[in-house]
Amino acid sequence: MINNAFIFISVSIVLTFLSFLFDKNRTILGLKKGLKMFKGIAIPFLNILILVSLALYFIPQSLIIDYLGAGSGFLGLTIAAIVGSVTLIPGFISYPIAAVLIQQGASYTTVATFMTTLMMVGVITFPLEAKYFGKRVAAIRNIINFMAAVVIGILVGLIL
Amino acid sequence: MKIYLAKHKQYVWLSCYLIATVASFFLGFNPGKEAFSNFTKLFIEMITFIPFLFIIVGLFDVWFPKEKIEKHIGQESGVKGIFLVVILAMLQAGPLYGAFPVAYILYKKGASIKNLFIYLGAFSSLKIPMLGIEIGYLGINFTLVRTLVSLPLFIAVGYFMEWYLKNRNFKVNQI
Repeated sequence: MINNAFIFISVSIVLTFLSFLFDKNRTILGLKKGLKMFKGIAIPFLNILILVSLALYFIPQSLIIDYLGAGSGFLGLTIAAIVGSVTLIPGFISYPIAAVLIQQGASYTTVATFMTTLMMVGVITFPLEAKYFGKRVAAIRNIINFMAAVVIGILVGLIL
Repeated sequence: MKIYLAKHKQYVWLSCYLIATVASFFLGFNPGKEAFSNFTKLFIEMITFIPFLFIIVGLFDVWFPKEKIEKHIGQESGVKGIFLVVILAMLQAGPLYGAFPVAYILYKKGASIKNLFIYLGAFSSLKIPMLGIEIGYLGINFTLVRTLVSLPLFIAVGYFMEWYLKNRNFKVNQI
């Protein structure tokens, strides 16, 4: 964790310095943009951290290990893929959840499947997608991506 | 009052939590205290890298403007076309449904069906701000493996969609 902060802080300092050498105004604009994006996500992010901290207290670790752990097999994969497909959680918010799941004993396969279906398959946004591509194409895209997400999850689990 | 509440809806939950936590400490309510100690750990983890990540993302945004790449996207075929849509997707931010309008623009500019779906795939999981958060939370190994496994699959999905839709009057609608 400290390592993490160290890397991000040093990279951002070095990049800001370099950018400043080349173009002062552009750098200031970039910093402002970054700050604006951070402000935009800060409150939703805090809210999700609260939710995760409560869930950590109420959901026993054994439950996560049983249903999403390395031994959960096909059931764990199915739960992860379906929950990932039907929920609409913004990407940046899903990472703290994923990190906690891994700490609590979920397997890489289930977490990678959950993350990938979350990002690529959208049951809730299907009506909107259908307006752009038509119902049939939107359905095929979601189904193909669902299968791809399961394959990605299994491969990630095998490699890690 | 109603408008005021709607405007500050996102703060309501936060304030309720703060009040409940303060109350837990006063009354010695243990679940509240424990949840708060979980929260502190998560908060420290977040605040020590997310703001810096956004500094990096902001600088990226001004040095590599996505509009410039968008201009170059059109009928390029082969590896160059794939490379360009993937880079364009990586520079974006936001949820997948934000990618559909851009898909329409790409379609109008003559991008192939294959590249359009590769764009959607890359958009969904290779965006730079997301990769930064992923590295912070799940580590560089997880991020690298997931990215390298995902990319060929997205490209395969692109080829499949093109093969399937080739003679079926596929079009992207503007809404």
